[in-house]
Amino acid sequence: MTDRPLLDVQDLQTHYRVGGWLAPVRRIRAVDGVSLTLGRQETLGLVGESGSGKTTFGRTVLRLVEPTAGRILLDGQDVTRLSQAALRPLRRRMQIVFQNPYASLNPRKTVRQILRQPLRTHRVPGDHAALVAGLLQRVGLPAEAARRYPHEFSGGQRQRIAIARALALHPDLVVADEITSGLDVTVKLRVLALLRELQAGFRVAYLFISHDLAVVRQIADRVAVMYLGQIVEEAPTASLFERPLHPYTQILQASVPVPDPTVAWEPPALAGEPPSPIDVPAGCRFHPRCPFAEARCRSEAPLLRELAPGHRVACHLAPAVGPGR
Amino acid sequence: MTYACESIADMAEPLLEIRGLTVRYGSRLAVWNVDLALRPGEVLGLCGESGAGKSTVGRAVVRLLPDSARVVAGAVRFKGRDLLAVTEAEMRALRGADLALIPQDPLSALNPAFRVGLQATDALRLHRGLSRRDAEVQMARLLGRMGIPGPAELLLRYPHELSGGMRQRVLIAMAFSCEPSLVIADEPTTALDVTTQAQILRILEGLRAERGVASLFVTHDLGVVAHVAHTVAIVYAGCLVEVAPTVALFGSPAHPYTQALLAQVPRADRRAEAEGSLEGWMPVLHEAPRACPFRERCPKRAAACDEAMPDLREIAPGHRVACHLYGQ
Repeated sequence: MTDRPLLDVQDLQTHYRVGGWLAPVRRIRAVDGVSLTLGRQETLGLVGESGSGKTTFGRTVLRLVEPTAGRILLDGQDVTRLSQAALRPLRRRMQIVFQNPYASLNPRKTVRQILRQPLRTHRVPGDHAALVAGLLQRVGLPAEAARRYPHEFSGGQRQRIAIARALALHPDLVVADEITSGLDVTVKLRVLALLRELQAGFRVAYLFISHDLAVVRQIADRVAVMYLGQIVEEAPTASLFERPLHPYTQILQASVPVPDPTVAWEPPALAGEPPSPIDVPAGCRFHPRCPFAEARCRSEAPLLRELAPGHRVACHLAPAVGPGR
Repeated sequence: MTYACESIADMAEPLLEIRGLTVRYGSRLAVWNVDLALRPGEVLGLCGESGAGKSTVGRAVVRLLPDSARVVAGAVRFKGRDLLAVTEAEMRALRGADLALIPQDPLSALNPAFRVGLQATDALRLHRGLSRRDAEVQMARLLGRMGIPGPAELLLRYPHELSGGMRQRVLIAMAFSCEPSLVIADEPTTALDVTTQAQILRILEGLRAERGVASLFVTHDLGVVAHVAHTVAIVYAGCLVEVAPTVALFGSPAHPYTQALLAQVPRADRRAEAEGSLEGWMPVLHEAPRACPFRERCPKRAAACDEAMPDLREIAPGHRVACHLYGQ
């Protein structure tokens, strides 16, 4: 065993160009200088609202979207500039599960064909029928599911099939992008419990991307909060939820209504509209909406500082600001 | 923002009374025999999983069901009139005036080809007979009171130029523009981010409380309903399984389905294991249920559950449950 992280992302930037023809060409800074690490068999929750760049980050890590700058190291190997051909053998080690299991599974293929595809593509030796049966069992589906088509399954079961496909090659890393968002509440906790169980069995690490703080709290070992393409706070899960240090994290957390009428819900007012990643504000990107912003916040971008073990926050005023402080 | 403890005068006549509402989509029974009542100023949260029939109930009240739906039985009494029996012209006179809908998806609810101002003032021009200019002045005033900066400029823009949260604010303003006594909110914040959702709910509750407007709040989100509703109704497979004051429903849920549902919700304030997980899935009804629709998944299933559909029975003041566990 080494101390080397499984995934080491350094100062990653992914910019998109939009416009052209009649409109002016502009840059969307979807991911704008993100550094994160992920250990073996660890779950890192990446939370943020629409437009924060969390999905682009997950896709860039897998090179499904090309990075603009920065480095991505998988188990010490730099994969940032590898050609797609050179990347191919590495794809066995990093997989993705998408949000919508209705769109990510081919409706014309049986579950057997869907689960065999990665085994064939990567020429995995052995009895594929047995491997498929084993995978179905691991994700809690009956063996006869192999003969059926995706439309015969519920949303939760389809997501199990997508998880089985991602794990077929025993990857080291799975990017799970909003995988519980389309599921009913009665199914969410069970899918999360399955992910935890599979993590131990397959020795896999998850980059768990979600806008749902309640779900992230259930599964993540560590959580990183993204705002306008940057990480504003990163901490062990309990620390982030019990002592959020960034004003944005505090507001985000206070905005989530707890399903219990006896727990008071006092969401703080947040000024203005969610900003656009085209016109990023100078200084701290959160300053136009921050209730505590000072002159310095408008001019100087805060760097991530470690204020407690493993707890990093990008705020000039932390830990002095926030409710109850 | 907890309004659940406010008491709604028990004596007040119901503003809206739904009786035996049954809706079909072809052979599929989407809603079966639903009885609900709302008093003036009350917020009734209607909760369930996707496909449970909650939106169908809301849409049936304003008679905006899709063409494939057919109301096969029941009555919807609003201020003494049966909305299912009035003519389309009478319904049009009520809709947007005394009875308004806030739809889920603000993008498809607004026509992309017209400026916001023209659409937002539809109700004011139609029901109040205001000129376009007067209606826009009045709408701008309402938007301003909702805390929206530059409301007059906003009305000059097209829907695609607004954020999702801003479009939803416009739809809320439209619903409230003619001072309705009842607003049907169909998943009004489901498409929004949590910080935006919190702001929209704050605005919605502010307008509602200030004017004493009653609301049928359709949502799948138990977190939202816990904080906005006075009363919560749970639907399962088109049937009403439990209705109770919010604090009672969350504090002492009686139906095994409600209990399982509450045990399954991930909470941001703590980490929990799935308890009493539900196997299988919600059935689809094709004919009137002759047994409890939840029996296949119920941990407390007994012989009676296979023999008859349980009636809604009052087990505490205002707390009704359809389950054989609670005596015959």
